[in-house]
Amino acid sequence: MIHVSDLSKNYGSVEAVKSISFDLLDGEIIGFLGANGAGKTTTLKMMTGYLVPTEGSIKVNDLDIIDDIHAIQKQIGYLPELNPLYIEMRVYEYLEFLATIRNISGRDFKDALARVVEQCGLRGVVHKTISDCSKGYKQRIGLAAAMIHDPKILILDEPVTGLDPNQIVEIRELIKTLGKEKLVFMSSHILQEIEATVDRIIIINQGEIVANGTSDELMSSSKGNVLLHMDVKGATKDSVEHIQAKVPAVKFVSIDETDGLQSLQFEYGKDKDPREDLFKYAIKNKWTILKMNPHTTNLEDIFRNLTMEDNTDA
Amino acid sequence: MRNINTVCKRELGGFFNSPMAYIFLVIFAIVNGYFFTNTFFLFGQSDLRVLFDIVPLVYLFFIPAVSMGLIARENNLGTMETMSTMPLYSYEFVIGKFLAAFLLILLGLVATSIHLFTLISVGTNVDYGAIFSGYLGLALMGGTYAAIGTYASSVTENQVVAFIVGVFIVLVFFMLDKTLVFVPPSIAGFVQFLAVDYHLSNISRGVIDSRNLVYFFSVIGFFIFLTIQTLEMKRWK
Repeated sequence: MIHVSDLSKNYGSVEAVKSISFDLLDGEIIGFLGANGAGKTTTLKMMTGYLVPTEGSIKVNDLDIIDDIHAIQKQIGYLPELNPLYIEMRVYEYLEFLATIRNISGRDFKDALARVVEQCGLRGVVHKTISDCSKGYKQRIGLAAAMIHDPKILILDEPVTGLDPNQIVEIRELIKTLGKEKLVFMSSHILQEIEATVDRIIIINQGEIVANGTSDELMSSSKGNVLLHMDVKGATKDSVEHIQAKVPAVKFVSIDETDGLQSLQFEYGKDKDPREDLFKYAIKNKWTILKMNPHTTNLEDIFRNLTMEDNTDA
Repeated sequence: MRNINTVCKRELGGFFNSPMAYIFLVIFAIVNGYFFTNTFFLFGQSDLRVLFDIVPLVYLFFIPAVSMGLIARENNLGTMETMSTMPLYSYEFVIGKFLAAFLLILLGLVATSIHLFTLISVGTNVDYGAIFSGYLGLALMGGTYAAIGTYASSVTENQVVAFIVGVFIVLVFFMLDKTLVFVPPSIAGFVQFLAVDYHLSNISRGVIDSRNLVYFFSVIGFFIFLTIQTLEMKRWK
């Protein structure tokens, strides 16, 4: 498990990460979400020992990132943001080079190579020069490089950026499979990428953590109401505006009339669904309902709210 | 030790997987061969003095060119991040890189030994001791320049900048004893001791003095130390 507490990083006078704390548990897939420049990559670079924190501590299985850096790096597999590779090397040469530094050689290396080739689907390219491989393969080579020593912890910085939709699905499936036995911490600036893959989401904005929980927890903690769009015929302005007297759960928002068609908007709390009452009310007032469309707040809205609110007061 | 070897092997492999090593070795051999044979038969002397005079000049530009990519390229490609997040000490990384450049330079020197065979076949009374010490001096000078080049490569991610910085520092060490007339006599001795040519000419004369050896090893050690510090500093920036 990884325990991050009061972690800060300043680049000169710029505070990239401001005293963040979180825990990551074994066997969990955690998404680290934030807009570009929110401090995701800086945090990951500190967790992998590439950058030294300005303040705060990172403990990986009770080892300290400053004192036991190499012991920690042995347990972590890291895929950096831009997936840097020695492109002039052949795929197996590159993996062998990394394995040798990680003290895996001979029989053990052959086993490890077979394992990552299988897991990352590299069979066709093992003997190719990396520069000749497609972007999707390069990404998988980067993943294979991060996994060659079968680490307990995988830290992936934007693992699916720049891939086509099919490749994204493949990498996602791979990450899900890996997440069954490993701690996977992956960052992204796109919510949909993460939503489908992870168990828990941590959202960072302007160097601070603004949310931490499962997607259900994030949804239920949001204050958002449901916005209901209705298209009807035969509604009078009066009957619409005074709807709250008969159906107390809904609140009138707006009415628009074009060509005898009224577009109505109501709002209601998402714990009570008043659509049935609304339907009965419509019949009583001789409205003809053409459309009824509730728009629930989704993770996307939560993400936008969380990262926008702070932008405005900054 | 094992990691130094791994880093060095990868780097050497990189040299030979690209045109780099071949261009270096061929042009190094041609330039040295041209200047050597140009005057060798003219003077009719049974030594390699001409070769030992020309190689230090060729070094001035060739070694910074060999070493410019060592670390600058890793900074540029981002592979520095991969290497820094591996269980690998900075000193292992830096020494491995330095050794790769040094070995390539030694290989270039070995290629010049063809002139030695010319000398043996046409010369008389060949002084093998002088030839040995001449080569030793060139090897040490090559190592010194390689260490300087490694450092120059670590301060930037641009290989051209690394080359220029490397040539500049190498030139300073090379020119020091040629500026002695402008230096106050009180520090002239010290400046001369810093000059790489002073130590090279001592060794080339056949005098292998520990002071000269200490000089070369200290300069190499100093620049390797500076390189390690430069890499460590980046983590704390």
